[in-house]
Amino acid sequence: MANFAKSNAPSFSVDVYQNEFLPEGAREVNAIVTVTSTGGGTTGGMPLPTADPQVAVSSQGADAGVVVMVDCSGSMDYPPTKMRNARDATAAAIDTLRDGVAFAVVAGNHEAQEVYPGGGTLAVADETTRQAAKRELRRITAGGGTAIGTWLRLADRLLASADVGIRHGILLTDGRNEHERPEQLAAALEACAGRFTCDARGVGTDWEVKEVTGIASALLGSADIVADPDGLTDDFRQMMESAMGKEVADVALRLWTPQGAEIGFVKQVAPTVEELTDRRTEAGPRAGDYPTGSWGDESRDYHVCVEVPAAGIGQEMLAARVSLILPAPGGGAPQTLAQGLVRAVWTDDMAATTSINAQVAHYTGQAELAQAIQQGLDLRKSGDEAGATARLGRAVQLANTSGNADTAKLLSKVVDVVDAAAGTVRLKAKVAEADEMTLETRSTKTVRVKK
Amino acid sequence: MTMPQLDQLSCPSCAEPLEEEDRFCQACGTDLKAALEHAGRPQDSAAGGAAPPADSAPWSSAPVPGPAAETPGHARSSASEEASDSADFTLPPARGTAAAASFPEAEATRPPGPDPRTSDPRTVPDPREGAPSGGLQALVDQAGPPPADEETGSGPEALGPRCVACGTGAIDADGYCEHCGHKQPLERDHMEQELPALAAASDRGLRHHRNEDFFHISESSTPDGGRAAIAVVCDGVSSATRPDEASAAAARAAGSALEEAVSVGTHPQQAMHEALVTAAEAVNVLAEDGPLEPSKNAPACTIVAALTLDGILTVGWVGDSRAYWVPDDRSAPAARLTEDDSWAAQMVAAGLMAEADAYADPRAHAITGWLGADAYELDPHTAAFRPETAGAVVVCTDGLWNYAESAEELTAAVPADAVDRPLHSAQHLVGYALDGGGHDNVTVAVVPFPPEEVGAGSA
Repeated sequence: MANFAKSNAPSFSVDVYQNEFLPEGAREVNAIVTVTSTGGGTTGGMPLPTADPQVAVSSQGADAGVVVMVDCSGSMDYPPTKMRNARDATAAAIDTLRDGVAFAVVAGNHEAQEVYPGGGTLAVADETTRQAAKRELRRITAGGGTAIGTWLRLADRLLASADVGIRHGILLTDGRNEHERPEQLAAALEACAGRFTCDARGVGTDWEVKEVTGIASALLGSADIVADPDGLTDDFRQMMESAMGKEVADVALRLWTPQGAEIGFVKQVAPTVEELTDRRTEAGPRAGDYPTGSWGDESRDYHVCVEVPAAGIGQEMLAARVSLILPAPGGGAPQTLAQGLVRAVWTDDMAATTSINAQVAHYTGQAELAQAIQQGLDLRKSGDEAGATARLGRAVQLANTSGNADTAKLLSKVVDVVDAAAGTVRLKAKVAEADEMTLETRSTKTVRVKK
Repeated sequence: MTMPQLDQLSCPSCAEPLEEEDRFCQACGTDLKAALEHAGRPQDSAAGGAAPPADSAPWSSAPVPGPAAETPGHARSSASEEASDSADFTLPPARGTAAAASFPEAEATRPPGPDPRTSDPRTVPDPREGAPSGGLQALVDQAGPPPADEETGSGPEALGPRCVACGTGAIDADGYCEHCGHKQPLERDHMEQELPALAAASDRGLRHHRNEDFFHISESSTPDGGRAAIAVVCDGVSSATRPDEASAAAARAAGSALEEAVSVGTHPQQAMHEALVTAAEAVNVLAEDGPLEPSKNAPACTIVAALTLDGILTVGWVGDSRAYWVPDDRSAPAARLTEDDSWAAQMVAAGLMAEADAYADPRAHAITGWLGADAYELDPHTAAFRPETAGAVVVCTDGLWNYAESAEELTAAVPADAVDRPLHSAQHLVGYALDGGGHDNVTVAVVPFPPEEVGAGSA
C-alpha cells in the first residue's frame, strides 16, 4: 500500500459545508464538498503511489504520458498563420515537457497520423527527442477534413502502449467535426472515457462550442477558446504545465448513501460546473463512484444533493459519506484518500432549518448562472429575443451578486447592462462571434464563495 | 409481519424473560415498546422499563460508592405516544465500553415469571422495529444466547453490534448505521446514577439530537461527621458552542467544589456560592481551548445545585434550572426554591405580566443569567431552608418543569415514595417529561430530606 505520509504524492482533504438541520418531514440534504489535494505542485513528476516502483525510481517524471493532437485540416491554412501558430504552440508545449515524460504528437484531419515518434509508441522526453519532435512538426501541412473521433482513438492506443499512471491528451481544433457522424465521436469519447484525460481547445471561430466542451467534459479536462491564434503558445504551455502537475490519476468520488436514499444530483461546481450524476458506477452496497480524473495541487468543489428517508424530530442520520477513492493497481482493494460526512438532523428549531448554507446557496446560483447563459444564447440563436433577454438578464444578475467578475465581463460583450442588480439588459445588436463563443465556452466557470 | 420463532414469553432477540414494565429487553435492549402499546401501559411505569431500583439501599454512615456516573442506565424507551418510532432512542451505545459493564443490573429484583399480557402473540415486537443489537448487556455477556432473529438479519452485515433503528446494519467508525445511516445513541443520551442518599436521571428527550444536560451527584461529610448530599444539574445553552461540554464541566466543577468545601467544614451557603463561581470559571475556560462555531456564542450553561447538610437545605443557581421542595406529607405546602434568571421571571417580578402569560410567551425561556465567558456578569444566587418535615428536593432542568411548572403540578408528578426511592422518582419524572412531549433534554436529581430518615432502621 502506498505510504502517503512519506511520499511526495499529494495528500487529500475533504471539507463538507451544509446546513444539516431539516424540518419535520423534509428529505432533501444539500452539501458542498470541497476536495483539496496539497503537496503536489512542488513535486511534479515524483513517484506516484500507484506507480510501478521500478518505473518511478528509474527516471523522474516517467509516470506521465501526453499526446498532443493538432488539427491539420484544410481550414487550418485560412489564414496560414493559424497552422503556423498551432505548430509554434505545439513546439512550446513540447518544450514544457519534463524529462522522462512519455509523449507523442498526432496530426489530425479526416484521419489521424502519428507525427512523432511514430510506430505506435510514445517517446521519452529529453533534449534529443524534444528537438526531433519539433523538427517533425514543421512537416505538418494542412489539408483534408475533420474527424476528431479518429484522433482520440489513436491517442488512446498510443497512451495505452506506455506503462504510465497519468495519461493525458491535448486537443486543438479549428473546425466542426464534419467528416464523421456525431455518434462516431460520441462512441470514441465513450471508449476513451476513464482511459485518459483531455483538454480541448478551439482556435478561431469556426468550431462548434458544444463539440469542444463535450470532449473536455467527457474526458474530464478543460475546454476553452483561443480566438486569437497568437494566444495559442501561452495557452499550450499552460495546459502542459498543468498536465505535468498531475500526480494522481483515476481518482473517484465515492458516495455512500443510506438505504432508501435517492441521489438528487452530484455536480462538480468549482472550478467549473460539471454534471456527474449520470456518470455513476456502482461500488458495493449503497455506494457509487463518480469519476474526477487526475489531480495535481488543486481544490475542487462538489455539490451533492441527496434525498434520505425522513426521520423524526431529534433524529440524526448520516445522509452521505463522501470519500475519494484511488483504485489500486492490479485490482486490489482501493485506497481511501480522504472522506467527509454529510449529516441530516431533524429539528423543530425554525431558525436552524430555514437558514441556507452560504456555500450551497452560492453554488446553486453559479450552476443557475451557467444554465441561464446556455439557455440565453440558445434562445438568441433561435431568434427568441424576449426569452434571450430574460435569461441573459438573469445571468447578469447572478454574476453580479455572486461576484463572478469574469463571467460578468463576458456577458457585457453580448448584452448592454442597464441594471446589473435587477438583471435588466438589452441584447446588443451586433455581437462579435468570438465574444459569443467565449461566453458560451466559459459559461461553466465558477468563482468560489468570498470568505 | 415476520414473527420470530421462539418462546413468546421472552425477548424475541435473546430469550430473556420479560417483565411487564419493560420497554426494552434488559439483556439485549430490544425494543418492546410496540408490545406495550398493544397491551396498554401500567400507569406507574412512565419512568421506563427499568427494573425497580434497589430501593432497599439504606442510608449508611459509611456511604457505599454508587455506580460510576455516566454509565448508561437501563435501556428505556421514550415514553411519548408521538415517538412511535423511538427505536433508536433507547439503548446504551452499541459499542459499549468495559466501564459500561459496571452498571449493576438489578437482576434480583426482576420477577422471573412472564406477565400474562406478554403472552399475547401480538405483543411480541417485530425485531426489525426493535433494537436487537449487541447492546450493553449483550456485550457483557458474550456467551449468552445469540440473537434469535437471524432471519431478519442481512448476512454478513449482521455480525457484531447492529443498528438500533433498522436492526440490520453494522455500525461504522463514526457511529452511524451502515445500512440506514441512523446515528447510534451515545452513552450520554440517557444517564442514571444512584447513591444511598440521592439519585439522578437524564435523557436526551424526543426532539433534540443530543443531550446537552449533565448532572453530578455525590456525598460528602464534614470534619465533625455531618453527612452531606450534593446534587448539581446543568443545562447547556443550545445557541452556544459546545453546550454539552459546558454543562459537563460546570456540573463536575461545582460538585467537586461542594464536596471539598463540605469536607473542610465551609459554611454551606458560602460553599454553594463558591461552587457556582468555580463552575463559571470551568465554563469560561472552555471558550479558550477550542474553536468557537461562527455565529454561536461561547460555551454556556445554566446550573442549579442542592446541598443537604445538618438539617439545612442549601440551593444555588444561575439561569432557569430549578429546585423544588416536595414534602413527604402531600397535604403540606410544596415550594419552588429557585427564582429563574429568565425573561418570563423578570416580567413577572417586574409586575408586567401574569405568570401564566409570561411563561406562554415565546420569549419565556430567554435566560438572563448563565455560566459562560460571555455572561454579562456572574450573579450566583443562593438560598438556605430548614424544612420542618420530611420531603424530597427535586433538582431539574426546564426539560422537566416545562411540563409541571408550579410546585403543585410538579409535586403531583412525584411518586409518593420519593423519599424512599429517589432513583425511581428521578426515572419517573424523566418519563413524565417524555410523556409530555420530551421537547427538551430532561435531567432530574431527587434528594431525600432529611437524609437521616431515609431507610432509617434498615441501616
